[in-house]
Amino acid sequence: MSEGQIKKFMYVNRKAPHGTIYALESLEVVLIAAAFDQDVSLAFMDDGVYQLKKGFNTKGIEVKNFQPTYRALDDYDINKLYVEKEALEARGLTQEDMCVPVEVLSRAEIGKLMETQDVVLSF
Amino acid sequence: MLHIVNKSPLDRNALDTCLATAQPGGALLLIEDGVYAATNGNAAAGKLKQAMGQMKVYALKPDLEARGMADRALEGVTLVDYGGFVDLVTEHATCQSWL
Amino acid sequence: MAIELNGKSYDTDEEGYLTDINEWNEDVAKVLAQNENIDMTEQHWEVINFLREYYNEFQIAPAVRVLTKAIGKKLGPEKGNSQYLYELFPYGPGKQACKIAGLPKPTGCI
Repeated sequence: MSEGQIKKFMYVNRKAPHGTIYALESLEVVLIAAAFDQDVSLAFMDDGVYQLKKGFNTKGIEVKNFQPTYRALDDYDINKLYVEKEALEARGLTQEDMCVPVEVLSRAEIGKLMETQDVVLSF
Repeated sequence: MLHIVNKSPLDRNALDTCLATAQPGGALLLIEDGVYAATNGNAAAGKLKQAMGQMKVYALKPDLEARGMADRALEGVTLVDYGGFVDLVTEHATCQSWL
Repeated sequence: MAIELNGKSYDTDEEGYLTDINEWNEDVAKVLAQNENIDMTEQHWEVINFLREYYNEFQIAPAVRVLTKAIGKKLGPEKGNSQYLYELFPYGPGKQACKIAGLPKPTGCI
C-alpha cells in the first residue's frame, strides 16, 4: 500500500476479557489488519481496561491465555494504546496494573482522538 | 462523527460513556434497547436533554414502536426510519457503536 | 488426519497442522518436515526453535514480516531477511515453519 493510502484506524475495546469473545476477537483482527501497514491505535474504555490487567492465569477456566499476545503488539508496530482514566479509577486500577505500556487519557481526550480517525472499529 | 447506542441506559453504561466521550457537534443515534433513553420519564432523559445542547440526537422509530414507546419520545429527539439510519451512517465519515 | 509415529498417534487438522501444540517433539517435527519435502538442517532447526520460543512468550505464531524482523534482531541481519527464510522454507516461512514447529497457522496468514 502506498504512503498516501495510510489511514488512521482506532479499535475501541469496552468488554471484560473472558465473559465474551470480544477481547480476543479484537486482538485477532488487530493482528491480521497489521499486515496492511495502517496507523493503528487501540483504546480501552469501561470494562475493556480489564483486558490489560496484568497477571492473567486462565488455567482454571481452561481457556487460552491471550494476555501475552498484547506484548507482541510492539513487534507489529502497534504501540499507541490508550486507556481511559475514569475507567481505571472506577475499578481500583492504575497504570502500573497494565501488562503493557499505555497512555492514560480522560474520556474526553479519547473522544477527541476518535474524531481524528478515518475508521473506528468497535468491540 | 456518529455515535450509536443500542443498550438500555438503565442496564448498561454504554450511553454514559458515549456522552462523556462524544465531542460537541457529533450525532447520537439510539437504536434497539438504546431508544429507552429517549423516552419521557426515563431516568436517563435528563442527561440526554443536556446532550442535545451539544449534539443532534436521533432515535430509530421502528424500535420505539416495537417497544410501545413511540408516543413517549422525548421532545427534541429526531425519529428516523431504517432509511434515515442508513443516511446518518453515510453522512458521517466515522461511526462508533457503543456495544 | 493423524501422524503415526513410534506407536503414538498425533492428530493434525485438514491442512496438516498439529492439533495439540503440546504433543510436539523433534521426531514428529521431522515427519512434518518430510511431508513438506524439507530436509531439516541446523539452519531449519534454528528457525523452528525461534518460532517455538516466540510462541511460548507471546502465545501467537508471528506474521512473516514480524518473524523476519525478530529473527534479524536475534540471529543477525543475514538471517533476518525473507530471502534467507524462503530458501529454507520455500512455501513460506510462516506457513511451513509454523507447521513443522507444531504451532497453529499464523494469525493473519491467508
